[in-house]
Order: sequence, then structure tokens, then C-alpha cells
Amino acid sequence: MKFKGRVWTFKDNIDTDVIIPARYLNTTNSHELAAHCMEDIDPDFANKVNQGDIIVAGKNFGCGSSREHAPLAIKSTGISCVIAKSFARIFYRNAINIGLPILECDGGIEEIASGDELEINTDEGIITNLTTGKVYTAKPFPEFIKEIINAGGLLNYAKKVDSKCSQ
Amino acid sequence: MGMTITEKIFAKHAGKSFVEPGELIMVNVDIALANDITGPVAIEEFKKSGAQKVFDREKIALIPDHFAPNKDIKSAELCKTLRDFAKEQQIVHYYEVGRMGIEHALLPEQGIVLPGDVVIGADSHTCTYGALGAFSTGVGSTDLAFAMITGKCWFKVPETIKFIYHGKLNPWVTGKDLILHTIGDIGVDGALYKAMEFTGDALSNLTMDERFTMTNMAIEAGGKNGIMEADNITLEYVKDRAKRPYEVFKSDEDARYSEIIDYNVEEIGPKIALPHLPENVVDVEEAQGIEIDQVVIGSCTNGRLEDMRMAARVIKGHKVHPYVRLIVIPATQQVYQEMIKEGITEIFIEAGAVVSTPTCGPCLGGYMGILAKGERAVATTNRNFVGRMGHPESEVYLSNPAVAAASAIKGRITHPREVA
Repeated sequence: MKFKGRVWTFKDNIDTDVIIPARYLNTTNSHELAAHCMEDIDPDFANKVNQGDIIVAGKNFGCGSSREHAPLAIKSTGISCVIAKSFARIFYRNAINIGLPILECDGGIEEIASGDELEINTDEGIITNLTTGKVYTAKPFPEFIKEIINAGGLLNYAKKVDSKCSQ
Repeated sequence: MGMTITEKIFAKHAGKSFVEPGELIMVNVDIALANDITGPVAIEEFKKSGAQKVFDREKIALIPDHFAPNKDIKSAELCKTLRDFAKEQQIVHYYEVGRMGIEHALLPEQGIVLPGDVVIGADSHTCTYGALGAFSTGVGSTDLAFAMITGKCWFKVPETIKFIYHGKLNPWVTGKDLILHTIGDIGVDGALYKAMEFTGDALSNLTMDERFTMTNMAIEAGGKNGIMEADNITLEYVKDRAKRPYEVFKSDEDARYSEIIDYNVEEIGPKIALPHLPENVVDVEEAQGIEIDQVVIGSCTNGRLEDMRMAARVIKGHKVHPYVRLIVIPATQQVYQEMIKEGITEIFIEAGAVVSTPTCGPCLGGYMGILAKGERAVATTNRNFVGRMGHPESEVYLSNPAVAAASAIKGRITHPREVA
């Protein structure tokens, strides 16, 4: 997949309570969730994001709760991809399972600034900063995880595997 | 080459004789858990997939505990979704309000999770059951839906960090202080993707309740799971609770660890984690004097009977500070009943505390004790992120039950020796 979008940067250890505060977890509606995404650190975030924008964050993005509402909220704001130095493990699984593209990249992404324009090729893991001209390479996904991503999430993957077995 | 306890449990559940870190495996799950927040999302996915029946109605636990008893209409709808699904699928381990408790206290108490199990839960503190010598970890709702359909979950076998605690615990030091110290030492991503194996002579005398507190917070260091080998204390705890066979696994002498970290517990005193990360850990003395508005004693971390006993010992004969709300939340109905029998509930109420029915409530800023702008709470809970217990400009300080109780009396962060 290829994406092009404007960057929103976030620091290290962005937790799931910040991504979507628990006080809004009395709904599973992703549009309602999106309206409150990141509001405790940036009250206007959901309004400012444009379709296709990209989050670039530090290490341990998505730490804390197992709430799948967190990647769902991010996805529903219109964010096309999250790039981070590292992801907390449950968030990592959840993002892949629901089909929110993520890339892990430890090599210098802290230079990327809010407002920069990025072009991303998730298949090749290539991140190009169109504003500065710099290019970064993300860690490749294991084959198995690529299959889940390509199927469009875990349950679609399961269906595919299942139908293969029954053929 | 030897295996760790985590690797052995994984090998057994993947039908293999050997696994090693980095390997991707599909494992059979003994218990799959969800609550009123994560369950409805999993149920939606389950239905969307076209599945008709869960893989095994005895191996799924659905617990309405986060916003239950229902805090508002939307939460009531979520709980109803959980209840309707439990009825439809005839889920054995569904616990209604009045019989339920906070999931991670309830499941071990009822003997639903046992040594050697693989347990996944759509709740990050599912890692709690590692204290029984089980592999348990948090997952999201889609992983849980997959497990409800297939009975399986995929994992990358983690590397293990071994933590050795030796020496004799100082007065007022508990399992909570050991785990806070550990998180403060390695940081909130210090064990990212890794298994945390807790061992050492200092742990051999810890009660099961304190052990659950330690493994409960493995996630706060980014860990995939926290685990301890089952010993006599574990087996004594499990003996009358288990209703099915279980297996005790132990790490081999030549098991491989990515790191071995050694702590002399005699150098550790009662701790406090300052806002807004559980790694901001200091000695209570360093935070002493910070004025507070609320104290919460409860949660899946510290809402068990030993926690209540400890807090009550400190509170007994004192009054809660006039401008402090002390909110005590037993984690299960059984804990609540025992508290009544032992006179603990009376001690709290006499002191001016409120004693609530079991719920996760305030820990995640749900209800039953939300903080206003600028307010501060000492809590025996597990997270102190921005906005965790209420307003984004409120603050949460994490501690053990004795420190929380002492602070409630004084209205400021207080070492328990000051009031005891």
C-alpha cells in the first residue's frame, strides 16, 4: 500500500488512555470514538486531522490498555498510517488485526516534524519525507503478519485459511 | 538446551516438544476472557465473521466489571450485549452483578485459571494469572473473537528476562513495592515483547495476593507476561479451587534468558509512582507531604483480602482526613464477605470511608470516584497516565495499600510508620 500525507508528531510512551480516554469507552461506534482521539493532550486533534494524514511517534506507542478502541479511533479520524520507533505489543497486534497500517522504524524518524509531507510504501517499508528529501527504512514484517495485513485483518485471514483447508 | 517456564507452556500448547524465542506459533487456549468494554467489540467481530458457536462454552469467561453495575445507559447496553451473548452461547463462566468481581481477582479465586494454562484476555492486566505459573496475556477484541471461534491464538515466543529478588522484606514493603521498584528500574518499555520471570527467596514467603499484584503489573513494563513457578503456597491456593486437572511447569537450569536482573529487597522501601507514568518511582519519603483529595484502595492490582487487611490495620482507630474521600473497593464478592466477617468493613466505615461493591470503576476513570481538575489521588491501582482517573489535569500516585491508608488519614502522602 502507498500513502501520502501530512505528519502529526507525538512523543514517547503515548498510552491508550491518551489515544482514547476510558470515559468514552461506553460506545463501540468508531466515529464517536474518533471524535475524542488524543483529546487529553491535543483537544482539537480530531478536527485538525485530514484524511490520509500520518502519525509519527516515539517509542512504546500505544502502551497501556488492550482496548481495540484505540487503533479503531485513530483509523476513524482518517489517519492512514502510524509510524513509531516501537509499539506496545497489544497495540501492535490490534492495529494489524483491524487493518490500521503501522510501521516500526528506529532510524532517525525523530527528525520528522509536524506538517512535513511523507510518502510511504508499506510493502517495501520505505518512508520518504517529501519536505526534506530524507528516506527512512522501516523494519520488515514477518511473513505471517504480512499475510494477515494482506488479507485485511485477522478474521479475514482466518476465513482465507479456512477456505483453503476446506478446498 | 533448556526451556523457561513460558517456553514449556507454549511448547505444550502448540503440540511441540521444543520452542525457542522468535518462533511464531499457534497455541490452544485454556481460557479466553472478555469484559463489558472489550467483549461487545469481540462479539461484533464474532458475528461479522459468520460464526455460529463458540469453540467451547466452558473455556470462555465473560465478566461485566469495568462499568458495572451499569454506570449509564450506554454502559447498560454494553453489559446487555455481553449478557445476551453469554445466554445465547450458554457460556459457563458468566458472572452477573452480585456474583461478579474484578475479572483478574475473580478468575483465580473461582479456580477458573490454573497453573500451566494458556490464558488470553481482552484486558491488558490478564497477565495477572502468571502468579499461578500460567502463561497469561492481554490481547485485543479481534484476537479474542478469533479465540472464541477457533480456541487458538498466535504468538511469537518471547525472550525471557529473569528477575531475582533476594533478602528479607522491610516493614511496610509488599509485592506492590517490588514491582514498582522493578518498573522504575527498567522503565515502561523495559520488558517490551518479553516474558518477565519473577523468582528468588524473597518471593517464597509472599502470599498469593501479593504475587498476583506483581504479575498484574508486568504490562506496565511492556512485558508480554509475568510469571512465577508454582510452589507450595500456589498449590495450597489452587487445591480446593481447581475443578479440572492442571500441570506445574518449572524452568530448566540451563534455560536461556536475555537478561538476569538481581534485586536485594533489603534496599527497597515503600514506593510511590509519581504522575504520569508508572516508571516514575520514588521512595515514599521523597513524595511525603504532597496534599491529596482522594484515596482509592482496590482494583485488580490491590483489591484482594490481604490488601484490605493491610489497609485496615493502618486505618484502625483513625479517621479519614476531613477533606479526603477514601474509596474502598473489594475486588470480589468473596473478598467483600470476608471483610465483613473479619470486621474490616466496619473499620473502614467507622473511619469515614465509603465501601463499594466490586467494580473497576475509578481505576480507569470510569465512575465511582472521578477526579476534578487539579485534584490528586493516591491509588493502589496500576496506571497513572494523563487523565487516567478523570480530568486531564488531575494526578494519580500509585502505592501499596498501607501507604494509601496512611495518606488517607493525613491528607497528604504519608509513610505508614507515621500513623501505625
